[in-house]
Amino acid sequence: MFNKVVASITLRAVFGRKRALLFALPPLILILITLVLKAARPTGAPWPGRILGDFGFSVILPLTALIIGTSVLGAEIDDGSIVHLLATPVRRSSVIVTKFCVGAVLTMAFVAVPELVAGLIATGGPSKLAAGLFVGALVGSVIYNAVFVMLSVLTTRAIAVGLLYVLIWEVVLGNFVSGARLLSVEQYSLGVANSIAHYSALHAGLTLGTAVIMGAIVTVAALVYGTRRLSEFSLKGDAV
Amino acid sequence: MIQLRNVTRWYGNVVAVNDITMTIGPGVTGLLGPNGAGKSTVLHLIAGFLAPSRGELTIGGVPPWRNPEIYRTVGLVPERDSVYAFLTGEEFVRATARLHQLADPAAATRRAIAIVDMAQAQDRKISTYSKGMRQRIKVAAALVHDPQVLLLDEPFNGMDPRQRLHMMDLLTKLGAEGRTILLSSHILEEVEQLAGTIQVIVSGRLAASGDFRAIRRLMTSRPHVFLVRTSDDRRLGAALIGRPAVTGVELTGGGLQVRAADFGAFSRELAALTRDEGIRLRELLPEDESLESVFAYLVES
Repeated sequence: MFNKVVASITLRAVFGRKRALLFALPPLILILITLVLKAARPTGAPWPGRILGDFGFSVILPLTALIIGTSVLGAEIDDGSIVHLLATPVRRSSVIVTKFCVGAVLTMAFVAVPELVAGLIATGGPSKLAAGLFVGALVGSVIYNAVFVMLSVLTTRAIAVGLLYVLIWEVVLGNFVSGARLLSVEQYSLGVANSIAHYSALHAGLTLGTAVIMGAIVTVAALVYGTRRLSEFSLKGDAV
Repeated sequence: MIQLRNVTRWYGNVVAVNDITMTIGPGVTGLLGPNGAGKSTVLHLIAGFLAPSRGELTIGGVPPWRNPEIYRTVGLVPERDSVYAFLTGEEFVRATARLHQLADPAAATRRAIAIVDMAQAQDRKISTYSKGMRQRIKVAAALVHDPQVLLLDEPFNGMDPRQRLHMMDLLTKLGAEGRTILLSSHILEEVEQLAGTIQVIVSGRLAASGDFRAIRRLMTSRPHVFLVRTSDDRRLGAALIGRPAVTGVELTGGGLQVRAADFGAFSRELAALTRDEGIRLRELLPEDESLESVFAYLVES
């Protein structure tokens, strides 16, 4: 399923672009804010939930995943170089799965690890909160990337569509309409994080069971549908 | 080898390719036609990057659409100049060899790069290549698995004359080896020198098919029917019938219908005749438009 050649080309493409610098920015901001707050208000207040939970899971994680998830495949589709990859007998499912894996691992490195570090800083050492944030962000990296890789096959405006989903559905609807949480990757991640952290300031709206089942369904469905659409990848003919 | 049966492709209500039936065998075949005629669409259909809206298309008996296995025998050189520019030429070709899961990717890479004569530049990044070099490295990648069928979309675009000549030699050689080479071009002279067989596509239809010289002969020697409107049809008709290039004249309600045996001579004489007789030529319309357009195209370019 996993194709090493596709993975290595993807990595070189992603880091060869200036956009790659963007990945490093959100986690840096997260750790910086954590350090500042830790220094300013060392104990008591529930700021880790605000920053590492709310801000981390509704802004940093989805946006970083969006940038990464749409670059691993979307950039190649946009500039047309994908044809060289698709004009080989490599299975389309293998292309999707490889792109998804690369995106997920990169997002883990750029978001889940910083969440863990920030969690450790915030609680002053190993804690349930740090572990919960880390595992929740790992789960989120996986699901978001499946969704965003699929989006980049479906539309050339994957970034815009992804941004609308994150901002409108997750942030606005997810906060006010409890039903919307059932289809919110942020909520799956928080649900998992909270099952470990047991931290009420995380604002988790889903139970662990729901989060895991829905997350698995969304991931698999996105990969299957993405594969199907990639199999039907068409080149535009003469300009009509 | 490549077979199209009544293949049609439309986008919304625009028909890009209209009911094309053709068979393409070993050797070099040129897909010819003006820009926007549907050549790329045909090539993309054959390459498996577009589904026919109607009709049947097979390569070696297998439909290419949604069938990546076809690329074990097919190589594609796309028109767009988008390659992985951050790789070196050698890395790009070797990556393609590995994607094909060849037994010895390194050897296949060396062979393919030697075919296109790019060994000296193989360790440079593709981003530093000229247009012609990019085209050649794309051909190397398309040839790395030694495919039976090679499809090239406008392969000479942006090449200088020397590179063009080199590419033509290469394609001729590949064709002579018994491979099926199909290339699209809107420039007649490129295809004329190269391809034994041509398929002319005009406005999405297959307008002519076969040996280039035969098509040209057929087009120039067949009788052409024109509708001529002038200030004095009857007088012009009388004058025209005396000319050897004209085989028939008929006065109709809409003007003068003229059958010409020799198109070139007729067009020259008509101008001289109307001038000498003081007749004003208002309109000259070919009656058989689709064939005329091919003809005009073949003669003009």
